[in-house]
Amino acid sequence: MSLELFMLLGAALLCVGLFGALTQQSIVMLMMGLELMLGGVIVGAAAAWHYIAPAAPDGQVLVVLAVTAMALEMAIGFAVVTALFRSREVDMTDMAAELKE
Amino acid sequence: MNDVLFWTLAVLAVASGVMVFRFDSMARATFSLLTSLLCVAGEVLLLGMDYLGIVIVLMMTIEMAIMAVFMIMYMMNPAGLMPMTMIHNKRGAAVICVGVFVLLAVGIFLAPWPGRRGKPPADVTMDLGMSLMGPQMLTMMTLGMALFATIVSSVVLATRRGRYDRLGDDLRAERSDDPVRGGVGR
Repeated sequence: MSLELFMLLGAALLCVGLFGALTQQSIVMLMMGLELMLGGVIVGAAAAWHYIAPAAPDGQVLVVLAVTAMALEMAIGFAVVTALFRSREVDMTDMAAELKE
Repeated sequence: MNDVLFWTLAVLAVASGVMVFRFDSMARATFSLLTSLLCVAGEVLLLGMDYLGIVIVLMMTIEMAIMAVFMIMYMMNPAGLMPMTMIHNKRGAAVICVGVFVLLAVGIFLAPWPGRRGKPPADVTMDLGMSLMGPQMLTMMTLGMALFATIVSSVVLATRRGRYDRLGDDLRAERSDDPVRGGVGR
């Protein structure tokens, strides 16, 4: 276990999530990609706290921030999907973009 | 022991993260994401953040349960009975992601990380709590306001009938136009 390995794990999760967020057409699947990316951020922040400055609580606060961002993204994402589905019966990003024109 | 735990959790986290986008079934994809995020929580616990690790476990379990419900509500093919692909620009995204990963990995190995300074306090949770209620109070209040704004805006976005549907565009209707009569003074 070392800082580099944890950071590498965080980077891997971030990239897998980025791939999902870029490729998926369904908005809910896209949000899953964003969750994975934030998971990577959490691992990175926790590792930075543990290996660089464990005496300061700021690293922990950063993790709290990432976890909150995850919850907000999820709630707003589902609300947007609900509003979009109600007005246009779509749940895919491409269809939503087409109908706008 | 910790090394074995780290590698097991890390491989499982990345593998189930990849499987999220490979499963046909939405329910399976959701639980695969849950597995990945629980492994993340395991790594956080391994790093010594007891409280936050448990918070992540609890939050993700409930979040994924809610996500599974939404998946089945909105998506075709929730059970994965037929194969499907709903992706666009796979090659471009793969190039971008591999590029980002290589960039990050090079940065991780080349960066002159500072050495470990100090050691964790005896009670890590106490430390976090005292920080959030003390020097980091502004962060905590901002988070609270953001959460409150999220509650309001998600209700506004998700509601079917708003006040303009009930009381007209200028909000001056004599009576509210409700599908079911009743309530206070109506």
